[in-house]
Amino acid sequence: MALLTPDFGLLFWMLFNFLIVFGVLAKFGFPVITRMVSERRDHISQSLQAAEEATKKLENVRQESLAILDEARVRQTEIIKKAIADGEQIVRSAQQKAVEETEKQLEAARRSIDLQKEKALSEINAQVALLSVDIAEKILRHRLDDREQQESFALQMAEEAENIRRKRSHKR
Amino acid sequence: MMNIGKHITLACIAAAALLAPLCASAEEHGGEGGEKELAIGDIITEHIFDSYWWHITTYGERHISIYLPVIVRSDGGGWRLFSSKRLAHGETYEGFRIAEKGEKYEGKVVGVNAAGEVYRPWDISITKNALALMINSAIMLGIFLGVARWYRRRPKNSTPSKFVCAMEMLVMDVEEDIVRASIGKDYKRYSPYLLTAFFFILINNVMGIIPIFPGGANTTGNIAITLVLALCTLVAVNLFGNREYWREIFWPDVPLLLKAPIPLMPLIEFFGVLTKPFALMIRLLANIFAGHTVILAFTLLIFITAKLGAGINAGMTVFSIVLSLVMNCLELLVAYIQAYVFTLLSAVFIGLSRPEHHVVHKK
Repeated sequence: MALLTPDFGLLFWMLFNFLIVFGVLAKFGFPVITRMVSERRDHISQSLQAAEEATKKLENVRQESLAILDEARVRQTEIIKKAIADGEQIVRSAQQKAVEETEKQLEAARRSIDLQKEKALSEINAQVALLSVDIAEKILRHRLDDREQQESFALQMAEEAENIRRKRSHKR
Repeated sequence: MMNIGKHITLACIAAAALLAPLCASAEEHGGEGGEKELAIGDIITEHIFDSYWWHITTYGERHISIYLPVIVRSDGGGWRLFSSKRLAHGETYEGFRIAEKGEKYEGKVVGVNAAGEVYRPWDISITKNALALMINSAIMLGIFLGVARWYRRRPKNSTPSKFVCAMEMLVMDVEEDIVRASIGKDYKRYSPYLLTAFFFILINNVMGIIPIFPGGANTTGNIAITLVLALCTLVAVNLFGNREYWREIFWPDVPLLLKAPIPLMPLIEFFGVLTKPFALMIRLLANIFAGHTVILAFTLLIFITAKLGAGINAGMTVFSIVLSLVMNCLELLVAYIQAYVFTLLSAVFIGLSRPEHHVVHKK
């Protein structure tokens, strides 16, 4: 049974070869390969985790920026609203001021007109008085050639003047 | 997917390599067959068993062989080293010759001592199988040291080349699916041995299928090789077996009478310790030996039918080539499966030698 009887020489060489291969590969071969593969696996899983975290962070940042944007938008509307209100207020107060100013100016104008009118009236009065005195003088001169008539007329005039003065002071 | 692709490529290479030299040698054997009877058994034996030289081919009447060193210790003490060419064709050199067919120690180097008695010297000749083992070991060292060197030289996030990737895939497949799955938490301690065993068997199997030098030697189909592998597994299983394992062997949970006066169960259990690696040894040997024999038998069909006329011979040649091709593909599968099975069972036995305490109590 040559098939089932191990040959010593071959046993020796097999043991020799196998132990060398085993020794060398157990030290420098397989552990290096498996360690590197597991290191790479760790590296990949770490990278995946880091990527996930980064995505999460990015999402946070996005949310934050959205919130900031929202806030800014709210503030913007507020500011605009306030500006509009302020503007309206300013316009309204300006209008009011203008109205007041106008009224004041109108009042002053009216007063000055009244004053002028009075002045003019009194001037006219004075002129009229002067004219009427002149005219009266002329008429009187023409009529009062005699003495008697002069005197009665003078009396009458004085009386009338007195009446007029009295009336005037009465009026006032 | 890559694995299958690799296997198919290898199968094609192996088939092409097989067909070319066999077709060439067909003429030579056919010519011979006309003169003398073809000794089928001898041819198969010559290819399958170990030899002191590596016969590559015969061209016409010229045998092309590699003669290997014979290292023997003579009866009077002292080692002798000489080329096996001096022993070829039944010649005697320094009192040594190769035993003839039918003689005791058939096919081995024997010495004749002063008294004229034939004895078998201590013989550590580098035979065909020993040389094949060395070549295959060198290939294996080259592959894995190369891959390991690649890893040492590169940063860990660089992409491996295709070859490194393929080897890494095989290594990690064995480590994850066989070693880790079968052993459990302490698998790191055993994975170098199991990986070495797996790839040693796989490379030797595949090299055995390749029919031309440096392949073709029937290493894993030789009992010396499988014996050493099985012994290594025996050592690995029992060296680090824990208390629970030994208790289950020598004081198992069976009725007292089965173990107390006559240690019946301990004997059976202890026998089991030896039969497990024995089964590993025989399984690998038988599978590879049978595969080589069948492929050779199908190939020799061509030369057996050469005498029966050209028509039959042609038909049988086609038949033989087709069958050899199928067998080679099958053997390629067997090469992987046997390496896988040996490693898987070794891992399972190692796993069984380290039972967890709570698992035992559950039983």
